[in-house]
Amino acid sequence: MKELSNSVCIVGVDESDEIGIVPHKSQLTLQMEAIRNATRDAGLEIADIDGIFAPGGVDTANQHSPAVLAEALGIIPRYVDGTGLGGGSFMIMVGHAIVALYHGLCDVAVIAHGESGRSRVGIAPRCINKSLSGQFEFPYGFGHAPTYFGMITTRHMHEYGTTLEQWAQVAVSTRAWAGLNPKARFREPITIEDVISSRPICYPLNLLNCCLVTDAGGAVVLTRADRAKDCVKKPVFVKGAGEAAEHLMLTQMKKLPFSEATRVSGKKAFTMAGVMRSDIDHLMLYDNFTSAPPLMLESLGFAEPGEGVDFFAEGRSTPGGSLTINTNGGGLSYTHTGMYGIFAIIETVRQLRGECGERQVPNVNLSLVNGMAGMFSAAGTLILSDQT
Amino acid sequence: MEGLNRPLPHPITPETQPYWDGLKKHKLMLPNCEACGPFFYPRILCPKCHSPNLTWIEASGRGRLFSFEIAYQAFNPEFKIEPPYILAMIELDEGPRIMSNLIHIKPDPMVVKCDMPVEVVFEKLTEDITIPLFQPAKRIGGRLV
Ligand SMILES: [Zn+2]
Repeated sequence: MKELSNSVCIVGVDESDEIGIVPHKSQLTLQMEAIRNATRDAGLEIADIDGIFAPGGVDTANQHSPAVLAEALGIIPRYVDGTGLGGGSFMIMVGHAIVALYHGLCDVAVIAHGESGRSRVGIAPRCINKSLSGQFEFPYGFGHAPTYFGMITTRHMHEYGTTLEQWAQVAVSTRAWAGLNPKARFREPITIEDVISSRPICYPLNLLNCCLVTDAGGAVVLTRADRAKDCVKKPVFVKGAGEAAEHLMLTQMKKLPFSEATRVSGKKAFTMAGVMRSDIDHLMLYDNFTSAPPLMLESLGFAEPGEGVDFFAEGRSTPGGSLTINTNGGGLSYTHTGMYGIFAIIETVRQLRGECGERQVPNVNLSLVNGMAGMFSAAGTLILSDQT
Repeated sequence: MEGLNRPLPHPITPETQPYWDGLKKHKLMLPNCEACGPFFYPRILCPKCHSPNLTWIEASGRGRLFSFEIAYQAFNPEFKIEPPYILAMIELDEGPRIMSNLIHIKPDPMVVKCDMPVEVVFEKLTEDITIPLFQPAKRIGGRLV
C-alpha cells in the first residue's frame, strides 16, 4: 500500500460548463462537458483517456455506466470501473484508479459524474434496491434521504446532547464559504436562526439542514506521477486512499451514530499517506446534511464522539478559521446533484493548486476529502497534497 | 393497491416469508442463530458467525425507541398517512433493530424521546400482510406491563 502513495497525481479537474439549474441540458451533456473540461484542464485530449471510472451501479439504472460514457465519447477504454455505492463512490474510485494506473492497466484515468438531479433531463427515475428496503423500510414511509439521515442525527442528539443550534452552525459556516464561490447556488449569508426557523422537513432536519438538489457535472483526470510532469497544471499527489462499506439499511449500522465504514476508510488513508491528523491543513467532508461533517470528524478520529460540532464553533471552520472545512460551499450551498463526491475532490485539488481566488485558504499543502456513500453505508477517504 | 394508505412490503422473498407468516398470526418472529441469538433481517447465514444453523423465535414485542424522526411531508407517493407522523427505529428487547412507525403518541419532539419503552401493535393491511407498528408501552400503577 505504501508504494502506491504519491505514485499517481490528479492532473485535471472541472465542472460542466454550467451548474445549478440547467434544464436545457441532458444528463449526458453534463457528463460530457465535465470530461472535456477536466481533460482540457490537464492539457490532455479525450483520445488520451484509456480508463473510465463512473458510478454505474444498478441503483442508478446504469445511467452513469462507464459504457455509456465510452460510447458517447467514441473511445474504447482498456480499463473500466463502475463502483456505484452512492455519492462517495468518486473517492473510492480514486483509490481504484491509483492501483490501475500504478500497474499500467491504464495511463490516463477519468473519474466522471454528471447528473440532471434537479431538472431530470434525459434521466430515468432513480430505482432503489427494493428487495430489502421495500420490505422493511418503505411500508413505514421511509424512502428519501432525510428520512434516514434524521435517524442518525436524533440518536446523536440523545447520546451527546448535541443541539439543533450546533447543527445549524454547520450550515452557517458552509454558506459563508459559498458567499466567496461564484459558482455556488446560494451565496447570501444565513444565521443560526434562519436554519432553525426554515421549513421543517423531517425532524430534526429543516430545509437548511439539507443539501441542494442541482444539475451539474464534474470530472477528475489522473495519471502516474512520472507522466504528470508533462501536464499543464501543478500536479496534486494522491498520498493516501481508503474505502470501506458497512450496510445498506440503517438498522444494520453497528455503532449508529458512529460510522465504522468511515473509521476503517480513514485509518487506511492515513496509514497509506504516513501523515497525522494534525498535519491536515484543510478538510472537505461530504455534506448531504448538516450533521454529516461533524459525525465524519468523529468517525475519522479528528474529534471524540459527540465533539465533532466543536469544529464548527466560534468560526473555526469559516473563512479565516483555524481548520477550514467545505470551502466551496459544500453540498449545502454550492451544488449537490445527487452524488456530490466528485465536487469535493475538485475543490480539494483547486485549494492545493492555489486557484480559489477569494476563498483560497492560505498555505494548504495537505488536504483530506471524505466521502459518504448512501447513509454512511460506505466511505471513501483521500489525503491529497501538492508535494510528495 | 386501492384503499391502502401505505406501500405493501415488496418483494417478499422465500427467506423472509416466515417473518410475514408470523405477523399474520400476530407473532413477531426473528431469525435466531443457535450460537449468537436473534438477528434481523432474515437471511441464510448468521451475520455474526456465518453459521447456517438458524431457527425462528417469537420476540416479546417489547423494546425501546432507539431513534426517531418526525416527517412533516410525504416522502413516498404511496405513503398516504397524513403528516406529521413518526418514523421509528425500534431496538427490540431481544437485540435486533427494526424500522417502524411509533403511533398513539403526539408527533412532537418534546413528547417523543429516545429510549422510551415501546410495544408492538399488529396492523393488518391485507389478508396476507400484517406489519408491526409500535406504541408507547402501557403502564399500570406506574409499572410497565
Ligand atoms: Zn451466529
